[in-house]
Amino acid sequence: MDLKPGAGGQRVNRFVDPISYHFLQFLWRTLHLLVSLWYLQVSMVQMIEGFLISSGLVKRYGALDIDKVRYLAIVVDSEEAYQISKVIQLLKWVEDMGVKHLCLYDSKGVLKTNKKTIMESLNNAMPFEEAVEKDVLLDQKQMTVEFASSSDGKEAITRAANVLFMKYLKYAKTGVGKEEPCFTEDQMDEALKAIGYKGPEPDLLLIYGPVRCHLGFSPWRLRYTEMVHMGPLRYMNLGSLKKAIHRFTTVQQNYGT
Amino acid sequence: MEIYTGQRPSVFKLFGKFMRKGLYRILTQGPIPTHLAFILDGNRRFAKKHKMNEAEGYKAGYLALLKTLTYCYELGVRYVTIYAFSIDNFRRQPQEVQCVMNLMMEKIEEIIVEESIMNAYDVGVRIVGNLKLLDEPIRIAAEKIMRATANNSRFVLLIAIAYSSTDEIVHAVEESSKDKLNSNEVCNNGIEAEQEFKEANGTGNSVIPVQKTESYSGINLVDLEKNTYVNPYPDVLIRTSGLSRLSNYLLWQTSNCILYSPFALWPEIGLGHLVWTVMDFQRHHSYLKKHKEYLK
Repeated sequence: MDLKPGAGGQRVNRFVDPISYHFLQFLWRTLHLLVSLWYLQVSMVQMIEGFLISSGLVKRYGALDIDKVRYLAIVVDSEEAYQISKVIQLLKWVEDMGVKHLCLYDSKGVLKTNKKTIMESLNNAMPFEEAVEKDVLLDQKQMTVEFASSSDGKEAITRAANVLFMKYLKYAKTGVGKEEPCFTEDQMDEALKAIGYKGPEPDLLLIYGPVRCHLGFSPWRLRYTEMVHMGPLRYMNLGSLKKAIHRFTTVQQNYGT
Repeated sequence: MEIYTGQRPSVFKLFGKFMRKGLYRILTQGPIPTHLAFILDGNRRFAKKHKMNEAEGYKAGYLALLKTLTYCYELGVRYVTIYAFSIDNFRRQPQEVQCVMNLMMEKIEEIIVEESIMNAYDVGVRIVGNLKLLDEPIRIAAEKIMRATANNSRFVLLIAIAYSSTDEIVHAVEESSKDKLNSNEVCNNGIEAEQEFKEANGTGNSVIPVQKTESYSGINLVDLEKNTYVNPYPDVLIRTSGLSRLSNYLLWQTSNCILYSPFALWPEIGLGHLVWTVMDFQRHHSYLKKHKEYLK
């Protein structure tokens, strides 16, 4: 948590008016202390609730309609992603719950680097690329796991943009086609798939980290994705995971209509 | 800052303003977000909850927007982006679409009339989105208000109308392509772009023959970022009604943005939500700053 004074709009000059400055600083830090106490209280309640759900004492989360989660994405803060044992535990819970397609993301690619270790620890999982190659994506026997990082987001879109640009140049040179570049979203979809980015849009995205932020997950794949902040990875628990998925299954999407 | 009243403020309003100023003096001891984005969700549910018709719900939402913009201006926020109408919203009932368009037209015309106040407070208005999808009168009005306030920069309101992020990304690709065609630069990027194209097609046969003097430089990430509708990127995105999805809004710009979803419906939003937003931003400011440096 950062409590360094910033370049705010109406800061009091500490040299001109030291009493006001220190008084305002005191009030500011007190306000932040109250907010921190609030978050601490919320975390404790969530931990207790998570424990009760994990132990099966809260019946409401007993049966989950997991089929509604066709594609789950998990975003992990890159510093926390080094806790590979925690990540593996999380994936085992997800696998046991019956999730069939999963995307694991951290912006620096720490999880990608540890892909082999992670895949070997799972009982019945297959890398997403292999499933696509073997055309077994619809096969419900194994969980497919896709690994992604920030290079699979905006940079991938840039590469797809170049594919479209080159196609346009080709048609422009042959005299066929419009005068100005005019592309569609479907063409962008096709271009991304053509360069190997075939992952679909996740239904639900769980964020494990200090901030509720998707940290650069591919912008093309987030249009209607529900995002849930789960808190830091070190405090993860099965109960909170069940609750997040259960809540998702009760959400109604109207897609803007 | 009182934009739309010419009346003398009451004692309560003056007291409220005084208390707000005191609160801002405390909050500005830390960093203040430069750019806030809002998804104004919940107008129809508010109308249903209070047994009003939808038009009244949208009007209540408009009043909440004015209040929020005032607080943002007073606090020192420089940019506010609001998601007024998405491309998906065109699929709603025609009467509802027309109602929203009429309200937007009415409000844009009011702003045009109050142009001198906008200039006095140095407030700029930018309408962003695929404006070709709008009817001509509203498009002309939008262009007029943008021209009239083009030089104002103390506080800039970006209104996303006929907007969706995926449409914005495709538009950025088109504009970047046009820029590259016009500049006709020759560099290695052109060869890399050609390689991507070869791989995408699986064969070299359909590729333009490489002649260095005629190849174009490829599109870079910087080119795409320059051609997005919304710049700079928001620090916090607030979606009311407790919903936690972006609904095709600012997907490109939110890689480093806090997402906040208060349960209040949009017309119920208040100063407390804004204060909470700022506190949350200050708590995570250095983490996001570090992450932003990494993403560069």
